[in-house]
Formats: sequence, C-alpha cells, structure tokens
Amino acid sequence: MYKLISVLLLSLTAFNVVAETPEEKGLAIAIEADKRNSGWVDSTIDLQMILRNAQGQESKRQIRLRSLEIDGDGDKSLSIFDTPRDVKGTAFLSFTHPVKADDQWLYLPALKRVKRISSSNKSGPFMGSEFAFEDLSSQEVAKYKYKWLRDEMVDGKEAFVSEAYPQYKHSGYKKVVIWLDKTIYMPVKIEFYDRKDSLLKTLTNKEYKSYLDQYWRADRQNMVNHQSKKSTELIWSSYKFKTGLTGRDFDKNSLKRAR
Amino acid sequence: MKQIILTTVLLALPLLSVSAEWSGYVGSEARLFTGTALDPIQDHSNNWSLLTEPEFYHEWDDGQQSFTFVPFLRIDQQDSERTHADIRELTWLTVAENWELRIGLRQVFWGVAESNHLVDIINQTDLIESLDGEDKLGQPMINFALIKDWGTVDFFVMSGFRERTFPGVKGRLRTQPRVDTDAPIYESSSERSHIDLAVRWSHVMGDFDIGVSHFYGTSRDPRFVLGLNGSEPVLRPYYDIINQTGIDLQATKEDWLWKLEMIYRSGQVDSRGDDSYLAMTGGFEYSFVGAFETDIDVGIVSEYLFDNRDEYALTPFEDDILIGVRLAMNDVQSTDLLAGVIFDRDSSAKSFSLEASRRLGESWKVEFEARFFSDIPSNDLQYVYRNEDYLQIFLARYF
Repeated sequence: MYKLISVLLLSLTAFNVVAETPEEKGLAIAIEADKRNSGWVDSTIDLQMILRNAQGQESKRQIRLRSLEIDGDGDKSLSIFDTPRDVKGTAFLSFTHPVKADDQWLYLPALKRVKRISSSNKSGPFMGSEFAFEDLSSQEVAKYKYKWLRDEMVDGKEAFVSEAYPQYKHSGYKKVVIWLDKTIYMPVKIEFYDRKDSLLKTLTNKEYKSYLDQYWRADRQNMVNHQSKKSTELIWSSYKFKTGLTGRDFDKNSLKRAR
Repeated sequence: MKQIILTTVLLALPLLSVSAEWSGYVGSEARLFTGTALDPIQDHSNNWSLLTEPEFYHEWDDGQQSFTFVPFLRIDQQDSERTHADIRELTWLTVAENWELRIGLRQVFWGVAESNHLVDIINQTDLIESLDGEDKLGQPMINFALIKDWGTVDFFVMSGFRERTFPGVKGRLRTQPRVDTDAPIYESSSERSHIDLAVRWSHVMGDFDIGVSHFYGTSRDPRFVLGLNGSEPVLRPYYDIINQTGIDLQATKEDWLWKLEMIYRSGQVDSRGDDSYLAMTGGFEYSFVGAFETDIDVGIVSEYLFDNRDEYALTPFEDDILIGVRLAMNDVQSTDLLAGVIFDRDSSAKSFSLEASRRLGESWKVEFEARFFSDIPSNDLQYVYRNEDYLQIFLARYF
C-alpha cells in the first residue's frame, strides 16, 4: 500500500517536472550552479571572523585567503592568519577533494616547521568558530548526492530547496538543506543536520555582489549553532579574481614564506 | 648636526611604519624547581625571566622580495649565561618562479618526529632556553632553493658557526661538572669560520612527504672532554667535522600519521673509538577527531628512539619509547595540551613532560610546562637532572 502511494506520488511529480525525479532535478540544479561558478581561475580575499558565544561575547580573527580553482577536483587554498596576534604568521595550505580526505599542511612560525596534518578533520571547527573545515572548502558537485524538495520564497527571493547528502564518510552531517536563489544560483540559506539528523546549524548569506559580471559572492555570512547558541559571522572584503596566482603559490615553499 | 639626523629619523619613521610591520611578544617566565640542586652554588629553587622576540617584516616588489629581522633577548634572574641575546633572523629573500634565494641569519627546520629531532641540523640549539631542543640560534647562510616538478632542492653554504648554549655556574638544569662555553675545542683549524655545506631534496608524493639530506661541516652536537678552569673541573665542548646523511618521511593516511627519521653520521668519535653511527626515531600519531562527540581532537603519539652506539651514545635516548597524548580543544582560546613520557627500554629511567597553552582575551597567552625525571640510574645521561624536576609558567603579551 505504502509502496503504491509513493509510486503514485512519484509518477505525479514526474509528470509535473518534465519526467525528472527529485534526485535528477536536485543534481541538475547543482550542476547548473557549479557551471555558473566556474572559470574564476584564482582569487584573493580578506576575511574577518567574529565569534560570538551564548552570552554575546566576541572574539575576532583576521585571515587572508588565496584560492586556486582546480578543474575536476576541489580548490587549493592558502590561509594566512593575522590575528589573534599569537597565531600571526601561521599559515594553512589545503588541497581540497570532494569525496576523499583533503591534503593539509600547517606552518608554525615559532618552530619554522611545516607539519602535514591529519586529513580527516573536515568536520572539526575552523579556528574555534562555528564553521567546520568542510563548510569553508569549495563546493563541488561530487561532494553530495541531491534531492530537490520544493520551490519557495526565502528572504524575498525565489529559491530552489534541495537536500544534499555528504558523500565523504567522515562528514559531520547527515544532510544539509540548501535554499538556492533562482536568479544567481547561489545559496541564501543552508541548514546543517548532524549525524543524528537533528538540526545543528543555520547559515544565512547576505549582501551578494557580482564580480567580473559573473561571479556572485556574499559579503556577509552568519552561522548560528542551535545546540550551543554560539554564532560566527564572516565578513568578506577586497575580493580579487584572476590575479595570476599559479600552483607555485600553493606549495610548501610558499607556505613557509606566507605572511 | 645631531639635530638634523634626529629630525630626519623622526620624519622617516612614519614612512617606515606605513610599508613595514612589527609584531612579536614580550613575556615573563617563572620556574619552580621541586628539588634541591646538586651543587650548593645553584642556591635557588625558583627563577624568573623576562623575554622578548620582536619581528620586523617588510616586503616589496609585489611580495617577490622581503626583509625579516627577529632579535631575541632574555634577562634571567639567576643564570648569567641564560641572560642572552641573539639574532634569530636577519634575512633578505627573493622569490622567482623556479627558485628562492635567502641570504642572512636564519632558522631552518627539517623533520617530522615529535620526541627527537635527528635530521634537523642546520641550526645550533639554544639549549639554555629549553631542554626540548626546539629553540635555535640564528645561523648565517646562503640558501638557494631550486623548485621543480620532481621536488625542491635546497643548497646551503654556511659559516660563522654558533656554539651551543649551556647553563652557567649558578644555572639549574645543568651538568655536573658544568660545560665551559668559554673553552670550546674545534677539530677544524678554521674553527667557527669553517665552511659548512648542506643539501636537501624534499617532495610531496600523494600521502607521502619525504626529505633526503646531507650535511658536511661542524657538528652542532658537541662531545665533551674533561678539562680545568683554574682548579674547577669542567666539560669542554668538542666540535668535530662530520658528515651526516638523513632521511625524513611522513605518510598521512587519514587519521594516522606515520613518521620516520633516520641519520647516519661519521666523523664524531665516541668513547670506545667508533667514529660512525646510525640513529632513528619512528612512530605514529593517531587522531580521534571530535572525540566524545565534542569538538575536541585527541591524538595518541608513540615513537621509538634508537641509537646504535648504545651506552656510548651522546643522547640518553638510545633505546627508548615515547608515549604521549595531545589534546586540541578547538575552542575560541585555542586550548592545547601535550603530555608524554619517554622511558628507557633497558633501565628504569623515565622522563615526563607536560605542555599546555591557552589564549587569554585577544592578545595574551599563557603556557604551562612541567618536566619530571624519575628513577634515572647513574649510568644514564639524564642522571644529572635527577633533582631538576620543574614547573614553569609563561605569560606573554603579543603585539
């Protein structure tokens, strides 16, 4: 009986959206979003993180980020920490991969030492913030399996609502729900569900601006953790694209002299 | 005339501060020794120090060239040798697509292990700073790095040898008799001006980070010969000319880090007359990411330390095992802890260490350190530290 209903429902939906299953539609949306966000080659950005605890106490971090787009794989990125002062000069090099562990190196200026670090920490917090490493790494199609749920207005914008299921086995999430702005194909809101499938965090992206007449980037992102009541705000500035960075700017040699 | 110079300097200062930057820390360290020193002249059980390590960095030419200056100063309450200054770094760097050139005083680290740094040979250890051997003196050098698809090759030409620092007469954590740093002996007649050479190839191949190196020149580790300073018996450091080949390797397999460092050194004669040896440190680190369903990372570290000179080795770690735990709280204050024990497989000797740190507010940091030496037999090189258990707290303001 159950089966019959779902078959019936499925066929009804299929009828409505030109013979496309919700999974196919979810994937198609992800592919289109990825296509529109390809070809930026490289970028440099300044990032301010504001960490707030449940009592509203703030702690700030200043980071400079360089990224290199890699076709058919996750991006390469180099993060340089300027504050807090005690970690100034610390730099983090990451070759991200959609479904396998990332390659990560950390430069510790006090010891002049480059350390290759354990690569299964994608679910761990980045710099004590509410963002996990996996939230900040590049969004690749292969990172998730998808299912379109519905179309809905959010924040005054028409959006596709899809569920995405992480394919990386050590992901901290069972699923994420993405509200994707239909005009710019960028997420307006994302809900993160922990491994037990209960709502953990909500990310809202604001103040989207377009760069090179094509790439949309949010100036402000706010991640709220519903379980700990802590939040982290990201304020992005000084976006530059196609600056001429090469693979050489993302190796252990460049990590050692990153300032 | 003086006034003109002063005015010029004052006018130039704001210009400098626009394009350049200072950072670093000022800190205060307190040490408490739980036992009475072996020598009555070391008549203290607590010690206080002030230290600073500012850094001046300036880059130009779109970041392709830079200048770094890092002086260091410690003022120590009890030990006149520990009151010392150094230039940790004074370097000009230029970068091109396939090479990098560095000229000046620098610090270079090679290796992967936690308990011991066998392969790391470019810099002299500033031993008076800390027993862990991780504080280094600035080494004058020319370093040319060739960067290719098949790896990076670093060439080093060095002169202006730096002697290892040792505690003074009053200092704690010293040998009995003390090391007389005013009476070193060099194998080479050019002494500190001997030209030391080194080359290292390093590369990343998938999950493997590998380095192969060779060093020819003045050994950074001295051996010791008994001497006299007046009527006081002392240990005189003897710096041999050595050849050392080293390999360091790390395999990173998700939660597992597998580490190996190995060296073969010749030219340093031990007390039985052998002039070559092989030493190795190898082991693993396993991480429990998000342990106990929290944000905490727990790491288990274990390494085996080996030196084929056995009891003739210049290190107490000739057949020893490290077992340690690392905690990273991943909190806003970046609270970290590392605790470990190195125990000798052939005797009862054990040395315990604990290091923890936490940021306070936005620009302060507190660090705690403790070391305990337990059941050290009289034939162990750490026997001199048997009464030197200590607790240490360090508070620093970063700018």
